[in-house]
Amino acid sequence: MRPLEKGADGVYVVGCREGDCHYNSGNFRAKARVEQTRKVLDALGIGGRRLEMFNLSSSDGPSFARYAREMHDRILELGPNPIRTALAKKKKPPPAELQAAVA
Amino acid sequence: MIVAEKKPIEEIIDTVKDCQSILVLGCNECVTVCEAGGKKEVGLLASALRMHFLQQGREVNIGERTLERQCDQEYLEEIRDIIDLYDMVVSIACGVGVQFTAEKYHAKPVVPGVNTLFMGANEARGVWSERCQGCGQCLLAVSGGICPVSRCAKRILNGPCGGSSAGKCEINKELPCGWQLIIDRLKALGRMDDYEKIIPIKDWSTERAGGPRKVVREDLKL
Ligand code: SF4
Repeated sequence: MRPLEKGADGVYVVGCREGDCHYNSGNFRAKARVEQTRKVLDALGIGGRRLEMFNLSSSDGPSFARYAREMHDRILELGPNPIRTALAKKKKPPPAELQAAVA
Repeated sequence: MIVAEKKPIEEIIDTVKDCQSILVLGCNECVTVCEAGGKKEVGLLASALRMHFLQQGREVNIGERTLERQCDQEYLEEIRDIIDLYDMVVSIACGVGVQFTAEKYHAKPVVPGVNTLFMGANEARGVWSERCQGCGQCLLAVSGGICPVSRCAKRILNGPCGGSSAGKCEINKELPCGWQLIIDRLKALGRMDDYEKIIPIKDWSTERAGGPRKVVREDLKL
């Protein structure tokens, strides 16, 4: 949630392959949390598809690259995170005429 | 533990929609264990609210705090210095915590962010089920350690009823018949004699029927 709140267009969480977790069920728990969070993101109109969970082993570079590309393509399809747009609007200085009026 | 479930985010947003400053207040006890109202959930809810208001182009201050307990005066005191910064508190503790926070800060609206359900046990990851209804007069010693008040749909004290079928309750085929569980346990304990004993009519005045309850322990009072 925090990266998306800061304006990230997409986030993916990478866990070990299912059954290979050092903490036994840590990756399954993470998956459940990701699912929960996706529902909240859908309800907020940000889109649950901006968040994804992938499973791979630490030595599996090709899969990592494939997932990164997959996520990249998905983000391009979804467009910018509405929060990023909202944050940019917030930061934008008021129009010149308004600034002059205040001065 | 007390088991609670998160309210849908849409419902919470609707409750807080007119606020300018909101405190999301969690509790470190039961609701943390059942992952409905602990520190992590405070973070998630606060983040969701921030994103909601940002999209609306509104600047709403969202604070986050999690207390050791919301059902104890001393922990609630910990927010006294910040409470005035907020115009509403969303408490994601159980209903006790929500009410005790509201009692303590009488002039501050305190609203619930969870639905409080029951006193239950954690059967498996993500699965909780009811075990106790706090009837005020525990029968577990004669019922094989299985509670007929909380586990029998009709709260029958000398069961089962005629609806018990293949070990399941007539109200729901997935639900074990409480009395079947009691009999199975008494058999396992070799105490079927207990089953023959009639449990007398229960005095329900120690339960909710007697109105809101209170315990006064003279041996503990200061
Ligand atoms: S079937 Fe069993 S649990 Fe259900 S109401 Fe009858 S005695 Fe109670």
